[in-house]
Amino acid sequence: MTTNYLLKRVDFIFKNENDWEVILSKSINRAPQELINELISSELKGRGGAGFPTGLKWKLSAEAVNAIKYVICNADEGEPGTFKDREILSRVPFKVLTAMAVCGHVIGAKEGYIYLRGEYHFLRPELNKAIVEFEYYCKEIKFDFSIKIFMGSGAYICGEETALFESMEGKRGEPRNKPPFPSTSGYMGKPTVINNVETLAHTFTIFKYGAKRFYDLGVQYSRGSKLFSVSGDTPKPGIYELELGMSLEDFVEEFGDGDTKAVQVGGASGFLVPRKRFHETAIGFQGKLTGISLPTGGSMMLFNSSRSMFNVLDNYLEFFREESCGQCTPCRVGCQQLLKGIKAVKRGEKNAQYLDKLLRLTETMQYTAKCGLGQSVANSFSSIVENFREEMIY
Amino acid sequence: MNPVTDLIKNLADEYGRERQHLLPILQGVVEQEKYLSEFSMVEIARELDLPASEVYGTATFYSFLEYKKMGRYIIRICKTITCSMKGKNQVLLAIEDMLKISLGETTPDGNFSLLQTNCLGFCHKAPAMLINNEVYTELTPEKVRDILSSYMKKQ
Repeated sequence: MTTNYLLKRVDFIFKNENDWEVILSKSINRAPQELINELISSELKGRGGAGFPTGLKWKLSAEAVNAIKYVICNADEGEPGTFKDREILSRVPFKVLTAMAVCGHVIGAKEGYIYLRGEYHFLRPELNKAIVEFEYYCKEIKFDFSIKIFMGSGAYICGEETALFESMEGKRGEPRNKPPFPSTSGYMGKPTVINNVETLAHTFTIFKYGAKRFYDLGVQYSRGSKLFSVSGDTPKPGIYELELGMSLEDFVEEFGDGDTKAVQVGGASGFLVPRKRFHETAIGFQGKLTGISLPTGGSMMLFNSSRSMFNVLDNYLEFFREESCGQCTPCRVGCQQLLKGIKAVKRGEKNAQYLDKLLRLTETMQYTAKCGLGQSVANSFSSIVENFREEMIY
Repeated sequence: MNPVTDLIKNLADEYGRERQHLLPILQGVVEQEKYLSEFSMVEIARELDLPASEVYGTATFYSFLEYKKMGRYIIRICKTITCSMKGKNQVLLAIEDMLKISLGETTPDGNFSLLQTNCLGFCHKAPAMLINNEVYTELTPEKVRDILSSYMKKQ
């Protein structure tokens, strides 16, 4: 069955708004509870990939009792196939800075940090300039909030929120056990709101236009628009803001090259969807629209029939093996063994049934790995091996 | 006094001497020296009153904090999926051929080091690479030869 959702372009994030001063002044004169309610009724969910409700996140940190709290903008954009956050920070930085300050007002934080991945060092001078201008305005309206940039140094895992805190605290970027959650114990053990760059930019839209404008976009459980980073075998790679809830079939029709064999939704830690399931796959957070609904940080990689899915999986596994922090055994050893395993099957050193053993290993990783990295290796591994088994074997 | 010791002292004065200032200090040394020698790490440990093993453990976790001697220009070519699909290997061969070094090596004159890295976030303009903090995209063997020539002339 085909869905009837058409691909709908939206233009909120990159729309040039020259009124951030007005939005900031207006928002910090509103009661924190009112702003939280606005966010909750917009049903905005985190745009980094995990999809946690943003309003709830702010509410929990607002309720935490502590004289010191922090707002952190997660700009450690490292998921393969994702490049939207860089574009936001370079094109509309004031939306993000404004959103951070409003969050500071809501939860009672006076300090904000942008954790910028080392690969984006070249953004730093311009971003610093924006921060200087922003802080100058905050002083002018006597609003006490400062923002600093904290540079990463080339570690994918630091995009995981608790690993990011560890990194900011001068340690190895190894994820912590949860709970406690960042809302009560984050950076330096203080209540912390940590949001993805795009999530913050959406809150600007919501504070400016109201929750309803945002809520009216998208579908049930997946409200609003989202930036999609489109790459791979497509005639028009780039960044597109689209309504959530679209069907993958419509997406491929628009962005495919006519020969799309599969789409990787959500980057290396996401799922590979083969052509035969395009029509029953929707892009959103949860809920069964037609068939399956896949959450995503916005990475959409298209593969045409000239690509070998073995090579694709091999590339992902090498990525995970290198980026695994090595702290917990299931992920550290699991990634190594999966990579070794598929190579052995391909070379004929192991028989095809060995793939089933590897699938069971990914299940173990899903249940026992400490953080999202190890847990999500199963996503791409099982969706590739199950749909393109023959390509793994010979 | 050793210039690195001076540099470390200045960085600690600028950022602070608490544990949470370790990463900016490590990055500051790498910015100047291109890598962290054992001497640097011990000096940082002394300056921040931390065990040297903690400094070493933290530094070696991060792929951009090199702990082997590097060239003046560090080339990091992206090897993740889209760059790999869009001809990264041909670009890499062109670089190796031009600089007469392999991956992981530094030219004898100490000017270039060649490394691979994971996703740089330029999948829509693949293949991509960094030279120090500068990003170059939509590379071809011809284009990368021009870029490297311009760096060679800089010296």
